[in-house]
Amino acid sequence: MKNENKIQYIYGIADNALILGQRLSELCGHGPNLETDIAMTNMALDLLGQTRSYYQYVAQLSGDDKTEDDIAFLRSERQYKNVLLVEQPNRHFGYVITRQFFYDVFHLLLLQELQNSSDETLSAIAKKGIKEVSYHQRFSSDWIKRLGDGTEESHQKVQEAIDDLWRFTDELFHMTDDDDMALQDNIGVNTIALKERYVQMVKEVFDEATLTIPETKWFQKGGKQGVHSEHMGYLLSDLQYMQRAYPNMKW
Amino acid sequence: MKNNWPLWEVFVRSKNGLEHRHFGSLHAADAEMALENARDVYTRRNEGVSIWVVESKHITASNPENSEELFDPAQDKVYRHPTFYTLPDEVKHM
Repeated sequence: MKNENKIQYIYGIADNALILGQRLSELCGHGPNLETDIAMTNMALDLLGQTRSYYQYVAQLSGDDKTEDDIAFLRSERQYKNVLLVEQPNRHFGYVITRQFFYDVFHLLLLQELQNSSDETLSAIAKKGIKEVSYHQRFSSDWIKRLGDGTEESHQKVQEAIDDLWRFTDELFHMTDDDDMALQDNIGVNTIALKERYVQMVKEVFDEATLTIPETKWFQKGGKQGVHSEHMGYLLSDLQYMQRAYPNMKW
Repeated sequence: MKNNWPLWEVFVRSKNGLEHRHFGSLHAADAEMALENARDVYTRRNEGVSIWVVESKHITASNPENSEELFDPAQDKVYRHPTFYTLPDEVKHM
């Protein structure tokens, strides 16, 4: 597979971590209490750390003098390949946790497969990430159970979040042309094959939480092709502001 | 939310072979959440290998008003320290 296609394949994974990390970072100092605030900020840092590993590899593959910062901060909206789920804005805590849970379960299944990649760098990044993501999934699953099986109000709020966000979950399993190429070369993961296990894992947690998966047959898609929701532009203007206003700045 | 959550004391073992030491306290709804919160609040810079949490209400503390009778009598009994004999050079780590 050509480097250009491999880079696109990596964006399809890494951009999810960047955008979800950015969403969680927005909550820094705004969590419902100190302990939960720190927990979510920790997850944001884990995700941004993973993003850096992927982007450093992309910078190396692209062969020009591009840096990880250019990749993170200087692409246009259509060049980001994250799924729509992760760019959905923060609403109440139950909404943030639901978004997190839907991504964590997928993320864990993905990395468990990606660690077998024939690409040594991707395999190494996946292996390192699994430990972090296992904890994210434990954290968000616990909270789904607490909120679902908590008070009447918390149950209602988290069920509403599920009803709103479930339509973004199908896109997680879509395969782009670059995904197909990566799979053929044993570099990438067959995400279609992850879906059954995903639904099963979500259902196990929901059963315990007395929550239900909505019966919708209609799902949203587009992010993987770079066609994002109306929220993405605002997110990127925040994310890119410093690098655009002060080009080449470094921490 | 926070007002409903009890307080927990957190003890962290920083290395195998060392004892758990008191690191601080936090709020959590139950023991499981207390462990997760402790992990995030106190061990995210690689401070520990094991965590204990105990709900603060289970700790019985000495009363500061009783300090005189509890602790003052020990002040003039330096002979209770094992410092009044010379150690042979061969004995290390004392």
